[in-house]
Amino acid sequence: MFEMPEIYQEKCNGCGLCVSVCGCKALVLVNNIISIIETEECDWCTQCEAICPTGAISCPFEIVEELWEPE
Amino acid sequence: MEFLKSIPYCAGLGVDELDSIRKFIFEKTAEKGDIVQLEGESAGALYFVVSGAVKLFKTSVEGKEQILGIVRPWESFNDVPIFDGGPNHVSVQAMTPVVLYGIKKEDLEVILRSYPRVALNVIKVLASQMRHLVSLVEDLSFKHVISRVAKILLEPPEDGTGGRPRLTQQDMAAMAGTAREMVSRSLQALEEIGAIRLDRHRIVITNREVLKEMAG
Repeated sequence: MFEMPEIYQEKCNGCGLCVSVCGCKALVLVNNIISIIETEECDWCTQCEAICPTGAISCPFEIVEELWEPE
Repeated sequence: MEFLKSIPYCAGLGVDELDSIRKFIFEKTAEKGDIVQLEGESAGALYFVVSGAVKLFKTSVEGKEQILGIVRPWESFNDVPIFDGGPNHVSVQAMTPVVLYGIKKEDLEVILRSYPRVALNVIKVLASQMRHLVSLVEDLSFKHVISRVAKILLEPPEDGTGGRPRLTQQDMAAMAGTAREMVSRSLQALEEIGAIRLDRHRIVITNREVLKEMAG
């Protein structure tokens, strides 16, 4: 499964700002509530999270350490 | 008319007053990505967002963008240059297709003289914008912000089970005592110096020593 932003539908007010700002068509309004479509085009730009006025979209980051082996 | 009733500038006004003000309004549209105005240009009108959203930003001589805010429906922009007579203090770009309602500066003066209640509402709006900007000024000690963000990446909070919870930029902003936009810039800056790599939903620490140095 491809990691996608998290949606909290109970917070969504159907304004559609996130749909307009999304550059990869991953977001769609269904019955005036936001839904997400899994797509590899999503590059985690977080614009949807930034523009949402109600906090209905979340783009959490996983903080990991790169493992490398000495040559 | 319904839109006018909803904007802070027109709070407390009656139907006749709103109807008079409506005559001064003109509509402007922009497509996603369009530059609505540039910093430094002469400001001709006050704008209200009807639908969509725009971002207010300044650009440094090095070409770096500092976002000062996002303006959503029922909110306004260009208040400062319209009232102090100076040029646009920010650039404005449409983040989505937008519909704007504008009032020319000379028409706004007529409205303010005719309806003193609007002047009181303007003061409240400007005071609220001032509060937001003061908070942003606090955050503009950029060196301190990047240091706090680096610390969060080095020692993210545990979730009580030994795991590391995921953090949104808003979470990091709250932890660092700063604005979300400053976290975004800090992450980009840390990536530029090679301390981290942004890999979609992962922040990969690529050089712990450099990150420790930034954390101070």
